[in-house]
Amino acid sequence: MGLDKPYLDIPGTTIFDTDQAAMGYHLNMFAMSLKDEENREKFKADENAYLDQWPMTEDQKQAVRDRDFNRILALGGNIYYCAKIGATDGLNYVQIVSSMTENNADDHRQMMIDGGRSPEGNRYLHEWKDGGDPTTKKESRS
Amino acid sequence: MAKISASVYTSHVPLIGVAVDKGLTQDDYFKPLFDGYEPGREWAAENTPDVVILVFNDHANAFGLDIVPTFALGMSETFEPADEGWGSRPVPTVMGHPALAAHIAHSVIRDDFDLTLVNNIPVDHGCTVPLSVMYDQPDEWPCKVIPLFINVVQYPIPSGKRCLELGKAIRRAVDTFDEDLNVQIWGTGGMSHQLQGQRAGLINPEWDHAFFDRMVADPEDLATMEHVEYVREGGSEGIELVMWLVARGAMSDVAGGPAPTEVHRHYHVPASNTAAGQLILEDGS
Repeated sequence: MGLDKPYLDIPGTTIFDTDQAAMGYHLNMFAMSLKDEENREKFKADENAYLDQWPMTEDQKQAVRDRDFNRILALGGNIYYCAKIGATDGLNYVQIVSSMTENNADDHRQMMIDGGRSPEGNRYLHEWKDGGDPTTKKESRS
Repeated sequence: MAKISASVYTSHVPLIGVAVDKGLTQDDYFKPLFDGYEPGREWAAENTPDVVILVFNDHANAFGLDIVPTFALGMSETFEPADEGWGSRPVPTVMGHPALAAHIAHSVIRDDFDLTLVNNIPVDHGCTVPLSVMYDQPDEWPCKVIPLFINVVQYPIPSGKRCLELGKAIRRAVDTFDEDLNVQIWGTGGMSHQLQGQRAGLINPEWDHAFFDRMVADPEDLATMEHVEYVREGGSEGIELVMWLVARGAMSDVAGGPAPTEVHRHYHVPASNTAAGQLILEDGS
């Protein structure tokens, strides 16, 4: 019998639960290590060597190299942990967050100034044409 | 005797801290947000407590995935601002209140809450941004702070009801501390926002305003709201609002006392990716 996860029918959203945390333990602890300046410098100096210190899957490492945050989250990453990857790149939260959406950072910032994304049509998977697959960007939705 | 005299509810968006630290609060982007904080700051200056119990969540700075406590109480004399990846905020060290924290820990754990007790731990924007919202840029914070970390990052997280009950237990604890102390409790985080996935940027003002109303008028009813509704309506990171219920549970009306007085309410979109909200309630007793 499976666990009750009522949040799985929300589109474009990955809830960081114990299953995701189990999958993403090393990925997140790698990302968290970047809270230390010394580690940020090591990562910037040789990304692959730094990543190889962590027993992450190749998919997880590639998602980090690609800075594909939707993929990072799908593979067990949590946004607060993995935002430190963006921070190491010198990005702010609007830049990191917008990279997961259909908008570039300027358009996203403007969308927020205009009141943000409405919940209308964004509450349930069936409201999205592509089924709300969290690993793809929003271009493909209705 | 110690007494909880008021509760404050506020967003803790990192960018709000950046605006204070870099002197940007009068820019076009930030001015409406900070103008709305002004009445709260005036109230805060006139009603400075001895101690704030500051309810917030860590954002992968103090705890990693090695230890995920549901409720963790900061016991130390000092808490240093964390480097979250962008460098530490230039804000004063947060000074704790070990004696009151010890009393709360003793009382609340005996009241069936399994608190994790933590020393020597940094505090991130979840703790320091609310202090900047209320006190701007002092050389030192005007009150002691007992950080109370709630896990709202890794599910399952505590229910609204559990958070409200924790607030009630904290009030019972503070009520039995012998020293005369004016104590406030602040619930932080929210309001609607989503920082992840294709749905990022979600904002729901109608739901946020209803949340304010229910928070003031009927917290017992609000505490029955399921997590999935917070996420669906208020965005994945809007779940932080469940922490406001800890502060609300510490008001005396939920234990049969008189209703609190609403002093101030403020709502502004956006602060970065977030709907910023603020509410101040003075206890009725």
